[in-house]
Amino acid sequence: MMTVASAAATVAGAHEAPEHHHYTTTGLDNRKIAIWAFIGSECMLFASLISTYLIYKGRSVVGPLPHEVWTSPSGQVFQPILNIPVTSASTFVLLMSSLFMVLALEAVEMKGKPGYTGLRGSSKFWLLATAIAGAIFLGFQAYEFTSFVHEGLTIKTNLFGSSFFTLTGFHGTHVAVGVLWLMTLLFIDMKRGLGPKDALLVDICALYWHFVDVVWIAIFTLVYLIK
Amino acid sequence: MAHPGAPAHATGAAQTGEQTGLWIWLTTVDHKRIGILYLYTALFYLMVGGIEATIIRTQLAKPNLHVVSAEFYNQLFTMHGTTMVFLVIMPLSAAFFNYLIPLQIGARDVAFPRLNAFSYWVYALGGLFITLPIFFAVAPNGGWFGYAPLSGPTYSPGFNMDFWVLGLQILGISSLAAAFNFITTIINMRAPGMTLMRMPMFTWMSFVVQFLVILAFPVITAALFFLQVDRFFGTQFYEVAAGGDPLLWQHLFWVFGHPEVYILILPAFGLVSEVLPTHSRKPLFGYNVMAYSGIMIGFLGFGVWAHHMFSVGMGPVADSIFSVATMLIGLPTGVKIFNWIATMYGGSLRFPTSMKFAIGLIAMFTIGGISGVMHSSPPSDLQQTDTYFIVAHFHYVLYGGAMMGIFAGIYHYYPKMTGHFMSETLGTWQFWLNFIGLNLTFFPMHFSGMLGMPRRIYTYDAGQGWDLFNMMSTVGTYMLVLAGVIFAVNFFRSRKRGPLAGNDPWGAPTLEWSIPSPPPDYNFAEIPEVTSRYPMWDLKSPERTAGIEHSHADSATITDAHAVPMHEETERKTAAELGIPMPFNTVKPFCVALGLIVMMSGLIVLHAGKTPLALAIMLGGTAFMVGSLYAWLTSPLE
Repeated sequence: MMTVASAAATVAGAHEAPEHHHYTTTGLDNRKIAIWAFIGSECMLFASLISTYLIYKGRSVVGPLPHEVWTSPSGQVFQPILNIPVTSASTFVLLMSSLFMVLALEAVEMKGKPGYTGLRGSSKFWLLATAIAGAIFLGFQAYEFTSFVHEGLTIKTNLFGSSFFTLTGFHGTHVAVGVLWLMTLLFIDMKRGLGPKDALLVDICALYWHFVDVVWIAIFTLVYLIK
Repeated sequence: MAHPGAPAHATGAAQTGEQTGLWIWLTTVDHKRIGILYLYTALFYLMVGGIEATIIRTQLAKPNLHVVSAEFYNQLFTMHGTTMVFLVIMPLSAAFFNYLIPLQIGARDVAFPRLNAFSYWVYALGGLFITLPIFFAVAPNGGWFGYAPLSGPTYSPGFNMDFWVLGLQILGISSLAAAFNFITTIINMRAPGMTLMRMPMFTWMSFVVQFLVILAFPVITAALFFLQVDRFFGTQFYEVAAGGDPLLWQHLFWVFGHPEVYILILPAFGLVSEVLPTHSRKPLFGYNVMAYSGIMIGFLGFGVWAHHMFSVGMGPVADSIFSVATMLIGLPTGVKIFNWIATMYGGSLRFPTSMKFAIGLIAMFTIGGISGVMHSSPPSDLQQTDTYFIVAHFHYVLYGGAMMGIFAGIYHYYPKMTGHFMSETLGTWQFWLNFIGLNLTFFPMHFSGMLGMPRRIYTYDAGQGWDLFNMMSTVGTYMLVLAGVIFAVNFFRSRKRGPLAGNDPWGAPTLEWSIPSPPPDYNFAEIPEVTSRYPMWDLKSPERTAGIEHSHADSATITDAHAVPMHEETERKTAAELGIPMPFNTVKPFCVALGLIVMMSGLIVLHAGKTPLALAIMLGGTAFMVGSLYAWLTSPLE
């Protein structure tokens, strides 16, 4: 629930300021300050989710478990459930999306400048590439979730299931909101074209997107890599 | 907004702007109107929470009474706490954030006016969501800090705690959205020359509070989310049988809950820091230290949460650390107390009602602060925890502190908001009834608590030495009710009948007093240029500010600079005549808030077992919310 509303707050920031320029104390646009405040707040949200996951690590009374083999009382053997190679691939895709995001912002900021022709100057291409990479990551996550359910791990199974699905689900929801945001920017770009004066719109989306990426690096390290 | 050529509103005759009617209030994005909405709504909930308290005290007046059932009693104390914290003190503070921050920093509105309207509507609708169930006796009943696993599905299977979990989640969204807005406003909308160290102290304390909100609320959002999925989707976060830790909730709740204490008290500190210098006719003593101690309180506020949990057995190391940190936080708080006293020392004092309440805060908060230091020591706390001693302590800080400060603020700023004074006679009656009533109510609780009376207890047997103290508390509560009635009469009568107040009825030092009362919708016809901490005193009583840092050494320049916002000839003009762009009124933030509430309500229906209907409600609410959000974002602000 938090995610929807906080995203609402973020996107609200994205269009709230008027077209013509108001005086500001710092010279920065209001939206830029608001998005940083929002990101600060989100850090505490993910810190709480990650801490809970780590506190509950190793405390599940039944399996399946993330890194350990578990034998049920009936003798059924469950392998460690986390699939690190597959998640490494999706992590790579998400990290690449941050690169695309940088290129999209550059294309918008430098639109019409010499050297920004073709692919390099095509903000539409890079926005689309970022959104697609985000969508691929979500696809991987959907695959991961469904395969876990098939292997016998749901959000109700044990503490690991509850905290794992909640943590990664929150992150996935953030990615989904980001994809929606990118698609909205792409739609505006197709409709009227984004240029240097719109750079801020893309900039705050990019800040959000990079933040969501950074959170994933923390999750990938703490949940998947560290045993 | 205002019609060009409409009759100029005589000073004080009209509300902000010209138009009235339900639709205007539903669609307003003006920070002053939103502040007034917050004020009225929070005062309404103050009445609700007050009635709950009165029933509680009536039930406890004598041993073995059965005024209400034990089950309903649980709902009453849960809702009394929840209401007073989340629906009264926080929104009353928000009323002042909204009304005052833009005026104090010399801005025409907050950074995101529509987001501001959204925050209010989420609060107002979320407040109804969590309040209405008590009329059907299904109100939350697990205590205001909803300890899991007690509040989980196993031990609270009914709908009661659903309303609490979802209601708090909704109210958190409102506070977060408002905090992003005010942080941006204070950082970025200050008038030229308004450096951070020239901001009025109320704005400073509000600034600290917004950081506490954005850093503390996400933690309870996570904790509530775990409880939500435990309750609605069968997860096991707080299931002890599945290995869940019963301390998880307590830690997460208090990591939020202790900063929340400062979220409640710092705005009141800010308000009295405006009232005391004004009526002492002397600059605030130690302005810098006041600002830094506020920041210090904010920082330390995040490091003391486990002093709420000494009795759970965390071990000597954790107990010692949190004990020392708690004693430490008494320092910046004590600094504030001494600075207020030093502000009054040697001043030429006046004692209007606001000043009485401000001094009342200093005295009462000191008592609450000292009993707070008493239970910073774990051995002492073990005797006091979960007894009426704790109830005495936090009512001294929240009623004697926060509410006294807020009443000081209401009496001080009422002339600015309405253009009329409140009655000093009724105000004085209210103050003394409040002062005596609160001491009569809460001081005996120290004794009943030390004699072992547990908090939240439904009733008790005679002969334990508690009878007299409980009767005293109940009589005190009725005095507080009487004080509340007098306040209500004063508040509503004075709107039209109170004597007219000019721009600057109190001879106060800060920018909000340079403009008409009530202010025009654009606030400042011209954005003022600020050259010192006390622009109005530079103009009217320069001898008081001689010792304060100014941008210009030449005092004539100072006077000129501050004469600008005061120009009498422009004060009656409309925004259109002055060429000031004003944000459009819009109903979209209300629609987004409504969609959000509908979406949340779907979960209650889900609990009732009507899954298809629940899904329809949730999807419908979400669609309405997202649709309204896109409509909002794609329409221009002004």
